[in-house]
Amino acid sequence: MLRNLFVRECGNYKTSYKDDMKLFGTKSEIVKWLFLFIILLTLPLYVSNYWVGLLTLCAISAIGAIGLNILTGFTGQISIGVGAFLGVGGYTTAILTTTYGLSFWVSLPLAGIVTALVGGLFGIPSLRLKGLYLAIATLAAQVIITFIISRWDSVTGGTAGMVLSRPSIGSYSFMSNASYYYLSIIILILTVIYSVNLLRTRVGRAFLAVRDRDIAAQIMGINLFYYKVLAFIISSFFVGIAGALLAHYTMIVSPELYNIHVSIQYLAMVLIGGLGSILGSILGAIFITLLPVGLTSIVDLLTAYMPNLYQLFSAFKEFVFGLAIILFLIFEPGGLAHIWHNIKNYFRVWPFSY
Amino acid sequence: MFFLQMLINGIVVGSIYGLVALGFVLIYRASGALNLANGEFVLFGPYVCLVIMTALNVPFLVAFIGTLLFSAFLGLVVERLVIRQLQNAPTISVIMATLGLSSLLAGAVHIIWGHTTRTFPPVFPQTPLNIGGIIITPVYLWSFIIVMILLVIFSIFFKYSKIGLAMRAVADDRQAALSMGMSVKFVLAMTWMIASMVAAIGGILLGNINGVSPTMSAIGLTVLPVVILGGLDSVMGAIIGGFLIGIIQNLAGGYLDPLVGGGLKDVVPFIVVLLILMLKPHGLFGSRGIERV
Repeated sequence: MLRNLFVRECGNYKTSYKDDMKLFGTKSEIVKWLFLFIILLTLPLYVSNYWVGLLTLCAISAIGAIGLNILTGFTGQISIGVGAFLGVGGYTTAILTTTYGLSFWVSLPLAGIVTALVGGLFGIPSLRLKGLYLAIATLAAQVIITFIISRWDSVTGGTAGMVLSRPSIGSYSFMSNASYYYLSIIILILTVIYSVNLLRTRVGRAFLAVRDRDIAAQIMGINLFYYKVLAFIISSFFVGIAGALLAHYTMIVSPELYNIHVSIQYLAMVLIGGLGSILGSILGAIFITLLPVGLTSIVDLLTAYMPNLYQLFSAFKEFVFGLAIILFLIFEPGGLAHIWHNIKNYFRVWPFSY
Repeated sequence: MFFLQMLINGIVVGSIYGLVALGFVLIYRASGALNLANGEFVLFGPYVCLVIMTALNVPFLVAFIGTLLFSAFLGLVVERLVIRQLQNAPTISVIMATLGLSSLLAGAVHIIWGHTTRTFPPVFPQTPLNIGGIIITPVYLWSFIIVMILLVIFSIFFKYSKIGLAMRAVADDRQAALSMGMSVKFVLAMTWMIASMVAAIGGILLGNINGVSPTMSAIGLTVLPVVILGGLDSVMGAIIGGFLIGIIQNLAGGYLDPLVGGGLKDVVPFIVVLLILMLKPHGLFGSRGIERV
């Protein structure tokens, strides 16, 4: 029998709701995810140390981006304060491990919980505020939190910041890039599993209803205040975890690492990846994290012709970053996730695409 | 006396805030978009003005008019290339587009003009005025006067001129305006051009006060509390909000800064914003609107 290798599923054969809610629809899907899982785990064996470091950063950003996507993509609440929430996570773990000598394994969840509480607090105005007004309220959170961090010298070390150490189990320390990569990738996988499952629950569906039309959702019996604040709490928890992981990875926290530009970067990850798509958040995080790396190599090529390009590099990076956001918004509002789906759908029915 | 000095400073800075906030309000009213790239529009004005003044060696007024023309063009280009494409996109896309735009424009300014602070050649007289013991620099006084004149012009423009009325109509109900035969496209382009010019004027005044440097674009964020305080869709609110924020900022900076170690000036407006949003979500003068499912 002639069979197209790319064909997996040529139609919707689901006959019950239970079928429709399944995480893995077909056997080949399980094989595919296992395959991807194995690739992720063995990656440090065949890429250089430098790339393992970059991939770690991608994984950490992806955790934060998924967190933000739960809030912005699923629940439709805009937040320009992610940078500060990352900072809350990072500083919580820095204070707990460095000042109080707690273990990383205790401070990591605590960082998430503290950030969740702060996020929930700043989420309270979301009941009365929408769209632009909410965006500005979260911006206020960003400014106020970074101000507190940089002025509360006795606890946070002020503008000088704090120094952290890498986590360890017994005598084994996560000093090498590869070990930290495994740590981040495992937390990323847990985050993905949680958020995929979140969408299949009552809470997740309530989030989607709030996003699509919050007043209509309220009429259907969804407690708006509860679910909006819950979205802020869940989202901030993951952002806090990402912040803590990042802090232990770079081994330093300081207020300017969490400024408004970081917030914009995370928003860009979510938007370029695709709003309301977990795959999109990961792709967006990879795209935004690797964009400067790609630009560096382009600049390296161009310096032969324009020797003063290195001085302009940060400005150039900013320019391209803005340009990428605008181009994506105009030409592919669905983001990278949408592009990926288009490619998949092309091959699904190939060669008879009609 | 210290209090009065702070008050006067606040009023003067507030008048510039009001002017820049006016740009926000214009765009929000006409297109329902929040222009987070406003700070970068502010940034372009003084740089272009400086370049025209120094390169062509022309008097300030000529350079000023040239800058206005350039800003109008910039506003038009932005509207045509970016904002119009996103006409039916959700709020977050438009916010993100303006954020992207701010990054792009800031990058462009850095690439073209670098990071150094430049001083504006003195346009206004330099000797400070002493009115009953309160010292006012002429630049401040002139800024205040210019802003006041502009505000009067804009009030008249919106009330009596045909384009001003069309802008209000489009802001109020786009479809109704369309069916009355107004060119919404033209009105939107006009709005962005005017908002960009207003931002440039604010930038030139600021450049005269503090010198021209890329950090000036921070005013784009500082002014957000102003528009929230006054209400996003109220011209009157933008002006009064500007004064209020300017005064609160200066008083807080003067009295509380020594207690916390400085930097309060940038934060206090945002604390005010949080309070206002909790108490009066649509600002002091914003319109409420009814929501239907």
